[in-house]
Amino acid sequence: MNLLLEILSIPLVQTILKIVFMIMLFAMPLGTLMTLMERKWSAMVQDRVGPNRANVGSFRGHGLAHIAADGLKSIFKEDTMPEGSDRFLYLIAPFFGLIAGVSVFAIVPIAAPIGSFTFQITDIEPGLLFIFAITSLSVYGAVLAGASSNSKFALLGGTRASAQMISYEVFMGLALMGIFMVYGSTRVSEIVDGQNAYWFGSLIPKWGILTQPLGFLLFTTALVAETKRAPFDAPEGESEIVAGYFLEYSGMRWSAFMLAEYVAIVGVAALVTTLFFGGYHVPWLHLWESAPEWLVRVLQFAKFTAFVVFFCWFQIQLRWTVPKFRFDQTMALGWKKLLPLSLANTVATAAVILIFV
Amino acid sequence: MAFVTTTDLIPLIPELILLGAAFVVLLLDLFAPGSQRTTLAVTTIVGFVIALVAEIQLLDSGATGFYGTIVADGFSILFESLYLVIGILTVLLSLHYLDDHGIGFGEYYVLLITAVVGMMFMTSSLELLVIFIGLEIMSISSYILVGIRRRVPESNEAALKYLLLGAFSTGFLLYGISLLYGATGSIRIPEIVVALQEPGALNNPLAIIGVALIIIAMGFKVAVVPFHMWTPDVYSGAPTPVTAFLSAAAKAAGFAMFVRVLLTGIPLEAELWKDLFWAIAVLTMTVGNVMALMQNSVKRMLAYSSVAHAGYIMVAVVVGTPAALSSVIFYSCAYAVMGTGAFGILTVRHFGKTPDSYDDLAGYARYKPCLAFLMSVFMLSLIGLPLTGGFIGKLQIFQAALEEGWVWLTVIGLLNSALSVYYYLRVVVCLYMREGSVPDGAVLEVAESPGFALTGLVGAASVVVYLGVFPQTLLELAASSVSTLF
Amino acid sequence: MIVFFYLFALISLILALGVLVFKNPIHSALSLVGTFFCLAAIYVMLNAEFVAVIQVLVYAGAIMVLFLFVLMLLSTKDNDQYALKLNVSRGLAVAITGVLMIQVLTAFMDPTLRFGEPGAYPVERIQEIGSIALIGQLLFTEFVLPFEVISILLLVAVIGAVIIAKRRVP
Repeated sequence: MNLLLEILSIPLVQTILKIVFMIMLFAMPLGTLMTLMERKWSAMVQDRVGPNRANVGSFRGHGLAHIAADGLKSIFKEDTMPEGSDRFLYLIAPFFGLIAGVSVFAIVPIAAPIGSFTFQITDIEPGLLFIFAITSLSVYGAVLAGASSNSKFALLGGTRASAQMISYEVFMGLALMGIFMVYGSTRVSEIVDGQNAYWFGSLIPKWGILTQPLGFLLFTTALVAETKRAPFDAPEGESEIVAGYFLEYSGMRWSAFMLAEYVAIVGVAALVTTLFFGGYHVPWLHLWESAPEWLVRVLQFAKFTAFVVFFCWFQIQLRWTVPKFRFDQTMALGWKKLLPLSLANTVATAAVILIFV
Repeated sequence: MAFVTTTDLIPLIPELILLGAAFVVLLLDLFAPGSQRTTLAVTTIVGFVIALVAEIQLLDSGATGFYGTIVADGFSILFESLYLVIGILTVLLSLHYLDDHGIGFGEYYVLLITAVVGMMFMTSSLELLVIFIGLEIMSISSYILVGIRRRVPESNEAALKYLLLGAFSTGFLLYGISLLYGATGSIRIPEIVVALQEPGALNNPLAIIGVALIIIAMGFKVAVVPFHMWTPDVYSGAPTPVTAFLSAAAKAAGFAMFVRVLLTGIPLEAELWKDLFWAIAVLTMTVGNVMALMQNSVKRMLAYSSVAHAGYIMVAVVVGTPAALSSVIFYSCAYAVMGTGAFGILTVRHFGKTPDSYDDLAGYARYKPCLAFLMSVFMLSLIGLPLTGGFIGKLQIFQAALEEGWVWLTVIGLLNSALSVYYYLRVVVCLYMREGSVPDGAVLEVAESPGFALTGLVGAASVVVYLGVFPQTLLELAASSVSTLF
Repeated sequence: MIVFFYLFALISLILALGVLVFKNPIHSALSLVGTFFCLAAIYVMLNAEFVAVIQVLVYAGAIMVLFLFVLMLLSTKDNDQYALKLNVSRGLAVAITGVLMIQVLTAFMDPTLRFGEPGAYPVERIQEIGSIALIGQLLFTEFVLPFEVISILLLVAVIGAVIIAKRRVP
């Protein structure tokens, strides 16, 4: 027992455990669940029942068995490769997106630290900049898939994806400048703690959504565009270029693209929760002074998860609420409206801080 | 921690005025597209003139700013005024050329202004970082100016070559700066000087390689052999007023940077670098002149001759005494004016086309006697005949060289000057001795010499003659500005 | 730590060589991305996390994607013409460069080589203030002029891009 505790107190072991937990027990399962959630909710929006036939014996679980069935299916499906494709690039392309999606969880805290132990894989100083850097790499997945497939549709999808993602990255960082200025740090833990303060005694929590409402809108829009989901799904453009950059893929590699998309959805939800909705902090919990420490952590984790699930649902709902943008509209929106808006937001925030704080 | 105050901006006033002018031109072009091109040109000239007035006001202020990063000493003011004058000349030469060649971009003038602003930052800064950024502002503006005739393949080729080689040389410069920073711990020239004066500091390989790389980069910018390859193609592909601007102002800015960074900033131990500079000077003069001899296009000939003139200036760089440095300044100014003038003649249409080959120059004496006379003045000055600025410039350089005992260098320089007589006089011969026949279908426009250009050219020619007859003013200014450097 | 330095240095050199020798321009570009990553890793080891992140964000994430974008649009099947072929002049260039490199390397092997003393910002100070905060402070005080002058450079670049690429020739 003592030996076990001793092993557990080694920082490297702790980090590995955290990584395993965050990815294997949080991000991936949630992402997998999202595949079903999306199909079910889409069915509901369209007044259908949705998937419910796969069964294990008599267990159907309202379609839960479909997750396993889909996984099995894609494992056993033939992994085709189009003639004339660039073999090496074609094989590695699907994993860029997955890596980028997963790495978001490296800096997201899920509960308050106990002593020196943090519920966060790493708390580096340029935390959010690190996220920008990594998400900027997810574009390689789409670009390489498009370039290596030897298919004109895939190529078009790849060019669209690269143009769109670069354009929206530009103001994704700018949209967060306000948050950096308000909470005075780029370190995620400090931004989260900054949101634990209150206005008017303990009446209104200083959440990011209240200090930076425009920043929230811009950042969320940028993130949704980064995941290339509706309404910004021109790179996949079902109606004109079939499936865009991953048109030629099948089997597990196709699944990797899909999984990357759903993990990215969870990542977006986690980031939005952390930056604009107080992260793990449960509002007004500090008023209950005698709360046991373990219960506080559990409540915090529950609150964080609840918000993440909510924003996952929000993105699915977005798909069925907003009509899709044409590609030129996507670009025009990004460069001509959202970029100037985020600049204005940055300037306005700086002015307010300079004058009133 | 001290913050920057408005007094820091005083040495930057000319730059700020120019930037203001650039914005005015940009907005005029945007919101009043129907306005005459002349309006844009006049606005640009007004901006240059106001900045020139500001320079003169700054002359004895000795203002510095931004932690000593920017200085307004005699050296920088002299060179900045030169850029402004060349800028005005270029605008005067551009107006009709742009109309003739259908270059309808108002941004042309904006880029001209920003190029000058970049040069001014290069010249007036004591910090390598700002010098580098200034150099890049100048370079990027000129890449675009060179390629502004988008439909003309030669222009595209010139812009691409200039961009690629320029970017390459920028890489050398940055690498050199970073190595020098590693060796000395600073990017401010005064601090670098102090750090390099410590015993043994100059034998530090970091410093040696850093300086060598900076020399390579600057060699590219002032186009000395063996870094001159881009010059003929870029100069002949670019719109001719831009060529004039590049050969005069950009080259002068390069030499200003050369003097500021390498000659006064970094105490080069004589033995280590003198041989290198000697070889560069001799090669540059010889290759430039021999290649110029073989050209059939006057524009290319002038391009190679500008390489040769860089070689003459390098002679003064080899000598390196204060007298030699002041001759660098004098020669840069004189060459800038006569080079602009020579290229400027080529911007004016003759028999319905802008002249290029020697044959195109036939008939000038009969149909355009005024232009023929002006061109002859520039040519004689480029040769270095007495009563012209070129003569005094060469005299200064070779005098300084002989005083320090560089006999062979002087002899090679003089031989090269003699060589250049052939191709410069060939121009004059074509102008005066050859009867031009009006090509079929070409409209003979006797009075087509445009007023703006003529004003500029007459001005340039009078400056050339003035410098040849009364060189004293500029010589004293150059000498006093060199004394501010040390 | 020094092991990691040599590891990343070696990988970055190999990838940099790959940029030159790959026939397919897309492979070359990816190789360059890999080089940038290795450089970023070395920056992290030098306590310059901000520079490392910006390196990945700007070079790998934006500039190289634009390169790939262009390569995709120009994509040709005939890649052999881009391959690096060795001929006499190139061989000569390689030889001269090699000699120069050996010279430089031997110069750096000199044990008396003077490296600069630690400056005003040693590692402890950077970690105490935070590298982003420090860079911000310096950018707005000591280096405010270069910081602001760069905006002129960017303006010129934008104007140039519009002229060269966008505006219709009148």
